[in-house]
Amino acid sequence: MTILSLNNVSKSFGALRVADSITFDVVQGEALGIIGPNGAGKSTLFNLITGNLKCDAGTVHYIGEDVTRSSAMQRCLNGMGRSFQIPQPFEKLTVYENLLVAATFGRNASEQAVIEDCAAILEQTEMMPRANAVAGSLSLLERKRLELARAMATQPKLLLLDEIAGGLTEGECQTLIGTIKSIHSSGTTIIWIEHVLHALTAVVERLLVLDFGKLVAIGEPDTIMESKEVREIYLGIDV
Amino acid sequence: MIWVNTIVQGILLGGLYALFAAGLSLVFGIMRLVNLAHGDLIVLGAYLILLLVTLLGLSPFVAVLVAAPAMFALGWALQRYMLNRVLGDDILPPLLVTFGLSIVLQNALLEGFSADSQRLPTAGLASASIELGAINVGVLPLMTLVTAVLVIVVLNQIFYRTRLGRAFRATSDDAVTASLMGIKPANIFAVATGIAMIIVTIAALYLGTRANFDPSVGPARLIYAFEAVIIGGLGSLWGTLLGGIIIGLAQTLGAAINPEWQILSGHIAFLLVLLVRPRGLFPRAVD
Repeated sequence: MTILSLNNVSKSFGALRVADSITFDVVQGEALGIIGPNGAGKSTLFNLITGNLKCDAGTVHYIGEDVTRSSAMQRCLNGMGRSFQIPQPFEKLTVYENLLVAATFGRNASEQAVIEDCAAILEQTEMMPRANAVAGSLSLLERKRLELARAMATQPKLLLLDEIAGGLTEGECQTLIGTIKSIHSSGTTIIWIEHVLHALTAVVERLLVLDFGKLVAIGEPDTIMESKEVREIYLGIDV
Repeated sequence: MIWVNTIVQGILLGGLYALFAAGLSLVFGIMRLVNLAHGDLIVLGAYLILLLVTLLGLSPFVAVLVAAPAMFALGWALQRYMLNRVLGDDILPPLLVTFGLSIVLQNALLEGFSADSQRLPTAGLASASIELGAINVGVLPLMTLVTAVLVIVVLNQIFYRTRLGRAFRATSDDAVTASLMGIKPANIFAVATGIAMIIVTIAALYLGTRANFDPSVGPARLIYAFEAVIIGGLGSLWGTLLGGIIIGLAQTLGAAINPEWQILSGHIAFLLVLLVRPRGLFPRAVD
């Protein structure tokens, strides 16, 4: 079943075309990676999917419904969770409270109903030892984990991850890959923007390549990475 | 002994100023909104209680229970339909709008109730006192301080123990991210101002039972409240209580030296605290 479907989605900022007739589908349970050089329109594409930006043209369908005109909050309540490229925790709340807020409001549930689930997510993201720490005091890895945990607390059907592995050491990156793998294997559909290629290819089944707002290629990671066009654009190598 | 008495009276007076300030502190803490009409809203609350007392023959302490939900609704609507529209990165528009609201309220009250000074009847409670050792403590001032502490305890419980409180704090931290978690900042702000108006109504009860009031006394209450909030550190509720007590103490001590110095001493204490601690006694870590 298709969970997300973009059809000729376009967006311009003035003369700059940041999304140019993008069309692709994401099947339920799949993990899709998005790559492309800086400024290719990756984060913009996320914002168009989540509703933080409105499309100039084209449609976005999510779980069979046309959500092109619905708000970011509505899409969140319908199970679209996201993490940000720059982690944006609620600095003065504890890690646990960050999750509680996301879980109670993201699912429209009472605190009693989500407590156990929040604890499970803390375990899964290895944030349990830091549960009562104020989010403003966390290290970068912990912030990224919290970002992931908070997105999961909204119980997403579709999880959008924006450069969550960026800036981490190799060891930290590996543990994060493990966590994302386990989230994926529990059935959550994932779309993941990442510069750290090996992190992506360790998890995703398909890769999508963006350049200047255009969808250049989409397919299996191996095929994509071998394509001459992609190597030229993405890696800047003359082959 | 006279000095001990003066200090006790000062602390009790501080309870009243803390009540004036608590609503202001709450609203500022959540949405960085300085409500210049806060004092006039307290006066409005006092007239609303007076109306209920004279029309329905209720005791002011019962009338406040009727007035509080009405004031909550007023605060909710005020925030939802007016103040939310001007909240943004620029702090000037909300200041101008609440300043305008202050003038409108004062004139509307003047039109409706005339400039005669009024008082809420207390059936002798205002003059009742209890003896604590060698000191006589007024029942009403004591109730005021206890109420102020209770209000702040309850607000803190809401802030740190409830779903709504966490939404308040999350929205205060980052309204945009909060909205992505399914929180509606516009509603959260409206509820916060509604709660602030409940506190305003409680403050109005003690304003009206302890002293005379008329439509023009709002701005002075705003200044005391403002000073209490700033002394305490913007957005800190316990700091606000302490700030109120410092103003109250300074005023009472000043008045004990020379009755003309009462108001002046409060303002001087405020300036002295600002000289030593420009960000207040309990400032937020980051702002």
